[in-house]
Amino acid sequence: MSRDVVIRVEKLGKKYVIGHQDERERYVALRDVLTRTAQKLVLSAVDLARGKPIIYGDTTEEFWALKDVSFEVKRGDVVGIIGRNGAGKSTLLKVLSRITEPSEGRVCINGRVASLLEVGTGFHPELTGRENIYLNGAILGMARAEIKRKFQEIVTFADIENFLDTPVKRYSSGMYVRLAFAVAAHLEPEILVVDEVLAVGDAEFQKKCLGKVSEVAKAGRTVLFVSHNMGSIASLCETALLLQHGRIGAAGPADRVIETYSRASKRALRVDFPARAGNPSITGISLDEEALRRGDFSASIEFLSPFSLRRPVGGLVISSLTGIPIWGTNGRFHPGVNGDVSVRNGALICESSSLPLVPSVYTVSAWLADWQQDLDEKLNVMSFDFKPDGDVPLRPSPNAIGYVDWRGSWKLTVPTDRNY
Amino acid sequence: MPGGCGTEEPDKETNSKMSSRPLALMQIILEPGRTEKNYWRDLWNYRELFQVLAWRDVSVRYKQTIIGVAWAVIRPFLTMVIFTIIFARLAKLPSEGKAPYALMVFVGMLPWTFFSTALSDASNSLIGNANLISKVYFPRLIIPTATIIVGFVDLLIGFGILAAMMLWYHFQPSWHILLLPIFVLLAFLASLGPGLWITALNVKYRDFRYVIPFILQFGLYVSPVGFSSTVVPEKWRLLYSLNPIVGVIDGFRWCVLGGDSQLHAPGFPLSLCVIALFVWLGIAYFRRTEQSFADLI
Repeated sequence: MSRDVVIRVEKLGKKYVIGHQDERERYVALRDVLTRTAQKLVLSAVDLARGKPIIYGDTTEEFWALKDVSFEVKRGDVVGIIGRNGAGKSTLLKVLSRITEPSEGRVCINGRVASLLEVGTGFHPELTGRENIYLNGAILGMARAEIKRKFQEIVTFADIENFLDTPVKRYSSGMYVRLAFAVAAHLEPEILVVDEVLAVGDAEFQKKCLGKVSEVAKAGRTVLFVSHNMGSIASLCETALLLQHGRIGAAGPADRVIETYSRASKRALRVDFPARAGNPSITGISLDEEALRRGDFSASIEFLSPFSLRRPVGGLVISSLTGIPIWGTNGRFHPGVNGDVSVRNGALICESSSLPLVPSVYTVSAWLADWQQDLDEKLNVMSFDFKPDGDVPLRPSPNAIGYVDWRGSWKLTVPTDRNY
Repeated sequence: MPGGCGTEEPDKETNSKMSSRPLALMQIILEPGRTEKNYWRDLWNYRELFQVLAWRDVSVRYKQTIIGVAWAVIRPFLTMVIFTIIFARLAKLPSEGKAPYALMVFVGMLPWTFFSTALSDASNSLIGNANLISKVYFPRLIIPTATIIVGFVDLLIGFGILAAMMLWYHFQPSWHILLLPIFVLLAFLASLGPGLWITALNVKYRDFRYVIPFILQFGLYVSPVGFSSTVVPEKWRLLYSLNPIVGVIDGFRWCVLGGDSQLHAPGFPLSLCVIALFVWLGIAYFRRTEQSFADLI
């Protein structure tokens, strides 16, 4: 094997045990455990008395976030990792940056890994910019001497000279992000893991960040780059890796992998959005074309949040092209998300059968909330052509008869005394 | 290189460059159960992060408070005044030897305050740093331990007040006071064990957040903070010493108050054993659950 291989992943797998019903909570209260244990005990005892076999863990299920993932990364490679939300990208990065242990397989890494998983991780709002540079640097694995040496460079890059001694809680969000990225960008790791950080900040700063990443790559360091933005993947990475349902869907030259990915995702109508820094955001909306053709409706709102969202709720509004809302649904008044769950990412899926809409082009708005407040909305961000197979002929335009397609059954009544 | 993945002889130049860094982890192998093996070495590698986190907690502690550090003076001082009034004036309990009652109470307050801040701060430390834990790797043991270190600042301030009080009472300490650092270490260990244990439990069962204030309130009266442990009848002394804080407080009093205060012969070693047991239990449980923190939190 050549010494150039810096990351070798062999048959990597990461398993999560997910429970259903009330066990889906992020943390359990002792009270629940006690009552459940008591319940189980009683049930087992009853089963035992009836001579049935006892089954433990009735509602748990294994979920492989990653399975059989094997690949190699050479020194100086810039590798893009793409895939839909929930395909296992973040889990892969988490394993590589040692936040969670793999459940099976083996990863071999030569050199220091630093991740830009989320900028500003570890910033303390009460501390000043200067103090936070040291704090964040240490968290990312820099030695104090190293930070001291690069201090000026970091400050210049972030452009915050005048606010060095202000607590960062008084920073604008732009300054905050700039400072965080600046610290992380001045790490000198052998392997840099970048997860969607470039989606934040203004255009000029994004350009600066992309420049920094390619500079890092040119210096012979290895970069793993996760993004939904195919443009930046294509321009930065030579090779790419496509993850599909926790497995490798394709690997090789970036342009070819991107092509495979877009072909795979063409079946569903979808739009992706960059995650907003520090805020829960809708990261993608997709419609099931198959369902639309049947006259049904199935949409998925993918979301990502820096913190747990309790009882996430999604909403959708379908509007006409003229901007009139036609139909809307949300999980608050239409039952849906079950149980008291808290999650950071996932997809809210809305399904409705036999959509009573007149064939036309409609636009979609999506909305995200948790149990108490609204979090994000994307207004009229995509459109679809609703044209179910086997539609009735001779239907007038919706401009004339409206958008609701509701059955009217017609019959003729004739006065019985028509002979008069 | 054992378990190498290709790099038989690491590039010399890179290697020397790396070795100047604290995290000279040339090769990392991730496998199920692997982190376990390199645990203590990792902990050492991350000592600088430990310092920085401790420093962060110290410097954040009294930010945006009007009287700042004065809190560290006022709280124990007022408690001491109240305890002296209740236990010495109203309950007419004896002090240890010739030492003024207020002084005896204050010496007991020092390790107790340390213990209670350590326990309550540590238990919430992991949850308070949830974003770090789910984003960056480091031995998790660093966070609660760094939090406990913060208690030393208050302890130091407490020693300042103690010195002032000794001057006020014209109290002359004996040579015992030179052994005080050992007992400070003991106080640290006595806080570390239960602290780690409850911290780890708190990640999984948030109930412990509610249990701790209760334990501490209860413990304040069960431990000889407001009174001397000599008040406890002799036949119960051994049982009483099962409370690890009893040993620590007795030790502090023995150091500061000098010859008049006695260490209980079988009780004190028993306290030491209980402390050691708790430290072992705390670390063992913490490490066993540590792997799943990022998934649970």
